Amino acid sequence: MSSDTLRVERETLADGSVQLRLAGELRLDASHDLRARLDALRPDPAAPLQIDLSELENLDGAGAALLHAYAHACEDSGARPRISGARDGVATILELYEPRGKRPCERPPPQRLSTVEHVGNTSWELWLRTRDALDFLGNFALACLAALRRPRSVHWADLGKLCERVGADAVPIVALIAFLIGLVTAFQSAETFKQYGANIFVADMVGLSMTRVMGPLMMAILVAGRSGAGFAAELGTMKVSEEIDALRTLGLDPLSFLVIPRVVALVLMVPLLTLLADLLGIVGGLLIGMSVLDLTLTSFLNRLSLALDLWDVGTGLILSVAYGVAIGVIACERGLATSGGAVGVGRNTTSAVVTILFNLVLITSVLTILFQMWGI
Amino acid sequence: MALIEARDVEIGFGGPPILSGVNVDIEAGEIFAILGGSGCGKSTLLRHLIGLQAPQAGTIRVQGEDPAVARQDAPPFGVMFQSGALFGSLTLTQNVALPLEEWSTLDADSIATVAAARLALVGLDGFENHLPAEISGGMKKRAGIARALALEPDILFLDEPSAGLDPVTSVELDELLLKLNANLGVTIVLVTHELDSLFKIAKRCVMLDRDAAGAIASGDPRALRDDSTDHRVHRFFNRQSSGAAPA
Repeated sequence: MSSDTLRVERETLADGSVQLRLAGELRLDASHDLRARLDALRPDPAAPLQIDLSELENLDGAGAALLHAYAHACEDSGARPRISGARDGVATILELYEPRGKRPCERPPPQRLSTVEHVGNTSWELWLRTRDALDFLGNFALACLAALRRPRSVHWADLGKLCERVGADAVPIVALIAFLIGLVTAFQSAETFKQYGANIFVADMVGLSMTRVMGPLMMAILVAGRSGAGFAAELGTMKVSEEIDALRTLGLDPLSFLVIPRVVALVLMVPLLTLLADLLGIVGGLLIGMSVLDLTLTSFLNRLSLALDLWDVGTGLILSVAYGVAIGVIACERGLATSGGAVGVGRNTTSAVVTILFNLVLITSVLTILFQMWGI
Repeated sequence: MALIEARDVEIGFGGPPILSGVNVDIEAGEIFAILGGSGCGKSTLLRHLIGLQAPQAGTIRVQGEDPAVARQDAPPFGVMFQSGALFGSLTLTQNVALPLEEWSTLDADSIATVAAARLALVGLDGFENHLPAEISGGMKKRAGIARALALEPDILFLDEPSAGLDPVTSVELDELLLKLNANLGVTIVLVTHELDSLFKIAKRCVMLDRDAAGAIASGDPRALRDDSTDHRVHRFFNRQSSGAAPA
């Protein structure tokens, strides 16, 4: 339907008031220029106005709302508008959309914050988040102690499935990525090793880097993206759909029921994935050693056994246990702190992944320094 | 030809059909209800009528078109989902304004005016700038109706509009639907459990049954209540448990 379905005629009445006679149809798709059309026929905005609807055959909700809004605007300019003559069907719609008695809006529309306000808000939110996170950590520690005293208080039934989700389901992607990391690391350094005739040391480099930091850290980043984000989104959705509240009302503690099994699954699975990553990373390095650096399998493995000791793998595993705890605790904390529907779930899932990544780097730095100090 | 037509529709999710042989004709200007006990497929049938899911067999036509195809242009009908399905990141005004911004030629001021009027129509004046997370479940449903009405649709599909509303709001909503139907000629198709609301507003209905995996009755709900000899229909309309002896 086009806008010419509405016709407007102007007439100046004997008392000096302006009468606008609307005829035809005033519907949503014919309403876009209503105000401009009516204004164009009223050179004096303050002149008394009568809107005659006696020839208006059809009116819909949008037309009625815009007509009322126009009359309201005319009232503000002193025109004292009067709408009259509406036929039965039109009058009912007009009445349905009558704004009289409408409650004022309770709050202004969301405004764009100034930089200072934004910094202030963010700082305040950061403080609240830190406080809540510490609160969560305290409660988690207490729940762990309670679980040690009464292991049956924890919902262990889910542990198998969680281990499968975190560990077994991640094996293909972990294997592929670890293999490629080992391969790329060795390939990037192969040329340099060749120049110095130090081809054999590719075994040292790949072995040490994969087992001590690279393997555990890359796997932790992968698990953070897969399982950390998954847990945060899962718990966040449960929170906004009141499932967490339902657990509480059933006398079940979300920490024992949901958080501890997830953290335990991560603590068990991340070291296993790390071992797999160590192995496949080294295989990637071996492949480059044999194909690009002319090493034999025996020479590579002999050198590797000289370069690596058990503590190299051990420190990586210690790191991976710490990573597992961090990923589980942060993901669950962020998930349980979710509010505000789908947007909140998205926001807290993002926040969980970013916080986990930051903490992974932090843990790596602290533990690496400690390992150095302890000589391992 | 009826405005909405379902012919020998079979609905399922790969396994045995949950509904089969469903035939529905809804005429323009009708208020039509889809009834039945929990889990009988009422909402699923509604999702098929609006083209969100395709039937395993049979045809569905809305205004002579496959609803899934019709929805690709400006939506020919408004839909209110059971929980409102509002966009959580948008205020109520923005939720209602979204289809207007996409499909109408109105300027921003006019869109804001129309959106506010729609919200006032469903009794949500004063809450224009609230986010969905800040309002109650009943208010979300009403906001969902306001959004469904945004483009002045000829057909309105409502999934349990009165469920969870307080009695006053529920009656007001029934009156609003009657007004929209009587004065704007909007055809209304609703899924409902609320018998009071059903008798007040629906002119015809179809009743589905889980065990029968299909429709077991159709017609004027008052006539079905008073005259049906089918014990399942009788139990439903007279709020009797399945253990109760047929009257």
